[in-house]
Amino acid sequence: MTQACGASSLCVMPIIATRDLTMRFPGVTALDALSFTVEPGVTGLVGANGAGKSTLIKILLGLLPPTAGRAEVLGHDIATGGARIREQVGFMPEYDCLPPDVSATEFVVHLARVSGLPATAARERAADVLRHVGLHEERYRPMGGYSTGMRQKVKLAQALVHDPRLVFLDEPTNGLDPRGRDEMLALIRRIGAEFGISVLVTSHLLGELERICDNVVIIDGGKLLSSKSVSAYTEASGRLLVEVEEGREALARRLAEQGVSVRPDGRHLVVDLAGEETYDRIRDGVADLGLALVRLEQARHHIEEVFR
Amino acid sequence: MSTAIHDIGYRHYDGPRLGRAHTVRALYQYNLRSVFGLGRGPRAKILPMMMVAFMLLPAAGDIAILSFARTPEALIDYSMYAFYLQMIIAIFLATQAPVIASRDQRFRTVPLYFSRPVGAWDFVLAKFAAFVTALLLLVAVPVTLLHLGFLTMRGTMIEHGSKGVPSVVDQTGYYLAALVGCLLLALVLSSFALLIAAFTPRRGFGVAAVMAVYLISNVVVLIIQVVSLGNGDYDLAGWANLLTPFRLVDGVQARLLGADIGVRGDSVPPAGSGPVFLLGCLAVIGGSLALLTRRFRKAGA
Repeated sequence: MTQACGASSLCVMPIIATRDLTMRFPGVTALDALSFTVEPGVTGLVGANGAGKSTLIKILLGLLPPTAGRAEVLGHDIATGGARIREQVGFMPEYDCLPPDVSATEFVVHLARVSGLPATAARERAADVLRHVGLHEERYRPMGGYSTGMRQKVKLAQALVHDPRLVFLDEPTNGLDPRGRDEMLALIRRIGAEFGISVLVTSHLLGELERICDNVVIIDGGKLLSSKSVSAYTEASGRLLVEVEEGREALARRLAEQGVSVRPDGRHLVVDLAGEETYDRIRDGVADLGLALVRLEQARHHIEEVFR
Repeated sequence: MSTAIHDIGYRHYDGPRLGRAHTVRALYQYNLRSVFGLGRGPRAKILPMMMVAFMLLPAAGDIAILSFARTPEALIDYSMYAFYLQMIIAIFLATQAPVIASRDQRFRTVPLYFSRPVGAWDFVLAKFAAFVTALLLLVAVPVTLLHLGFLTMRGTMIEHGSKGVPSVVDQTGYYLAALVGCLLLALVLSSFALLIAAFTPRRGFGVAAVMAVYLISNVVVLIIQVVSLGNGDYDLAGWANLLTPFRLVDGVQARLLGADIGVRGDSVPPAGSGPVFLLGCLAVIGGSLALLTRRFRKAGA
């Protein structure tokens, strides 16, 4: 599945490429002829619960043979190169997977060694990675007493400890409070940008993926719905968002009188952008009516709109 | 935040990545440590360490007795040591086999291994080898202690004028045969206990299941033997030993490894049945390994 590259175009080798990937379980088709490619960077994999995200990850790890179709991860065919793939990837499962009577340090060191790191290197890497995910003194305590946030950090640390080229993160923000969620998202962004490790992260929450991903793949009912860069999803929509402190109705009336297409949307007014003069009309209207302007910005699309 | 001071940025690992042998060894060591509760907090150590102590005490006591009695009859038969103390071994099996075979399933850690370069077969083999080692230590260390006691006391026994003190060569041969018996016992008991524990991942269930199979099989064999001995059918009584793990191994000791028949009572396996008992042992080991691999492969996907 090597990509044909023109001599002039800059060619990036995809880290994941699937073609007609199909997975049928008795009575259920989890994946239906899925074809997409993933470039290096942070990629979101979106779908409702049961859309086939976890199944896809298991297939890409070479743990589950697909019913039909093929896939390559880091240039290795999943059918023949499963062991090679698993040397170079990390996996953070969606569910709880930590033994309660073992400390984070003990556990992560052990898994580093299982990944092939010599004992000394395993200890160093485990200490490094646990620090990066933000686990400090508590790493010496048994994991049974950890909060959900701490457990998620250990799960992430074990996926990174052998310095993989690609990590699969399955619903990493599940069960986290808003602060923990922000921390986790920032960490994932850092893994992609600073650590230089590609990330495939699943979520059923589009908003959070919009914040951290370069690309988003959307599957629904096992089928590919769309695969684009985040900027393509969220490009300017040709509308302006206007928010004023009070007198929203008066401003809407005045703009409508001048032939500007305007409608209220929550606390905002949504104004169709007809040209440069639209900005002037809004500015003049606000000034003439003596209103306090809080916000004037280009409205952007949201990935959610794909589902509408 | 203090992290800013320590944060030296992410460093990539460009050192060696070792192969399969290293991975299996790492798994083996981790599992062996787990059996004795090492790395699992103080509470996890209590039970296995207690069982180790209970296994050592009779051997130590016997050596003390030997030093007073100064006759070779006071020495416990090496090949019977595990059989006499089988209740302690059974408790160790029941409580520690789930540590190896159930914990990873109960806490869903298996996928963390199988998403690494670990095959199902290597995974099971490392676990099996770790548990066999643990059992072998549990059984063979006290037997070794007994033999060391004999070697130290032999001169005193002869000076004392005791009759029938075996030669060092004879007794060491007997000791080595007993060690082979210990290894076989460790292999069979591990197979039997790990398999049951792997199919009962719920906490407590595994313990109860191992204990139940051990006790029930013993009672069944006992009933068969009482009835058949009553009818004068010594052969049937002997063959019944195939049906319980400790007696299965003992059949090999009695009929292939040259252990003392005299101390084994009326229901000793019939002459010439050794190969069948050995085949029984091998079947238990092989079947268990195959089923364990299948079980863990499923748990990892």
